[in-house]
Amino acid sequence: MTATAASTNAVPTPVLPRSTRLAMFFRLLAIQGSWNYEILLGNGIGFCVEPALRLLPGGRGGPAYRAALARQCQYFNAHPYMAAVAVGALARAELEGEQPARIERFRTALCGPLGSVGDRLVWAGWLPFCSLTALAVFGLGGAPGAVLAVFLVLYNTGHLGLRAWGLGVGLERGMRVAQALGNPVLRQGPQYIARAAALMAGVALPLALHRIVGSGRVLTGGVLVAVALGAVVLARLHGRVEGWRVALGVLAAFVLYSVVRHG
Amino acid sequence: MLAMLGAVLGLDVVSFPQAQVSRPLVAATVAGAFMGNALAGLLAGAALELIALETLPFGASRYPEWGSAAVVGGALFAGQPHTTPGALTTAALAGLATAWVGGWTMVELRKLNAHWARLRLEALGRGSQRTVVGLQIAGLTADLVRGGVLTAASFLLLRPVVRASVSLWTVNAGHSRAFVAALAATVAAGAAWKIFHTTPGARWFFLSGLAIGLALLGLR
Repeated sequence: MTATAASTNAVPTPVLPRSTRLAMFFRLLAIQGSWNYEILLGNGIGFCVEPALRLLPGGRGGPAYRAALARQCQYFNAHPYMAAVAVGALARAELEGEQPARIERFRTALCGPLGSVGDRLVWAGWLPFCSLTALAVFGLGGAPGAVLAVFLVLYNTGHLGLRAWGLGVGLERGMRVAQALGNPVLRQGPQYIARAAALMAGVALPLALHRIVGSGRVLTGGVLVAVALGAVVLARLHGRVEGWRVALGVLAAFVLYSVVRHG
Repeated sequence: MLAMLGAVLGLDVVSFPQAQVSRPLVAATVAGAFMGNALAGLLAGAALELIALETLPFGASRYPEWGSAAVVGGALFAGQPHTTPGALTTAALAGLATAWVGGWTMVELRKLNAHWARLRLEALGRGSQRTVVGLQIAGLTADLVRGGVLTAASFLLLRPVVRASVSLWTVNAGHSRAFVAALAATVAAGAAWKIFHTTPGARWFFLSGLAIGLALLGLR
């Protein structure tokens, strides 16, 4: 804290021009453009921080700029949306002239929390919730445009909002951004969203299934019983089989059966 | 046009902008609209979406690529009268097979990106802006090409197979669709349990939702 305060006092808090913030935000949408098994998100972080680094003494291509960019392109792993927090915080840390060793330690410390929070909040919460809500609208007879609008507007309100919040809070707090990760939405949100998604799963499944079947309730009823039994089997095999692979195999067998029977 | 659509939607899966326009519900519907039948695309998309609920893109895990796959599945289903026996079944199978291959192509792309990054580690260590931006653009371009080639190859390869299978189809249309729906909903129900079973109270929320869903179904 002392070192942070000292360096913050030594270098005034940077104010980023709107164009720089916008450039960083749009680059965040492509943060995983070069995702790979070597440095994971590393290059993407450097790519997103780069517009801010041009404000360092010496400008683009100067020694400070090059040293900071090299630091930011090292290995990094996080949820792609939550990486916005890291991008903002690291940009501010660099512009405030924090010591390189402190920035590197801070950078390493960010990986775990930004990965797990994002995975629980978005991949295991918000995405299934939005998908199931759209499937419920589909099951209720929604037209293609309505189903797509519900899904895309709902999902991207959360998606873009999270990225914008992350970048803003990162830029505002710099290396003190850890406090922001204690935000109730991030701590309690996944649990509430998961419950809402579970509720929506119950609503959506019979409705969507009925619309796909497209015929009488008797057939739908029979299919629902089969689904319940099949789901119990899949749940018991959890961790040993992947449902989509089972679906691929069973569907291939069914197609073969139907075609071969012709002969 | 379909290959371009597959390329753009394949890009959305990981690289840009992850707005989930690559989800089967969206991608298959748009592909259906391209073929002149958005509603058929939506039906195929809903079936694939139920299956895709299980595969969430956690970190470095390997998962099927649904964007290009849903374009192929949606277009194949929308390309024939949607009451044709076996049409949805074969289109869904084509979509799933493409998703499987697509997942493999994504892993290969990540290896290629790693190779490119390894070759330029020294330049990255010098803080070369050109290298940073170059790697990003190369990765994005390669992913775009990957999605386009995958969509075009899968569509061209699978369209005659789907047509031949449908022409020899023996199971009646209603039962064929019911089979796909049952399979997709089973995977979705299994996925729901997988995702939510650790959340306190989630099972009660699910059962409450099920009661609401069944009641709505009864009212229709």
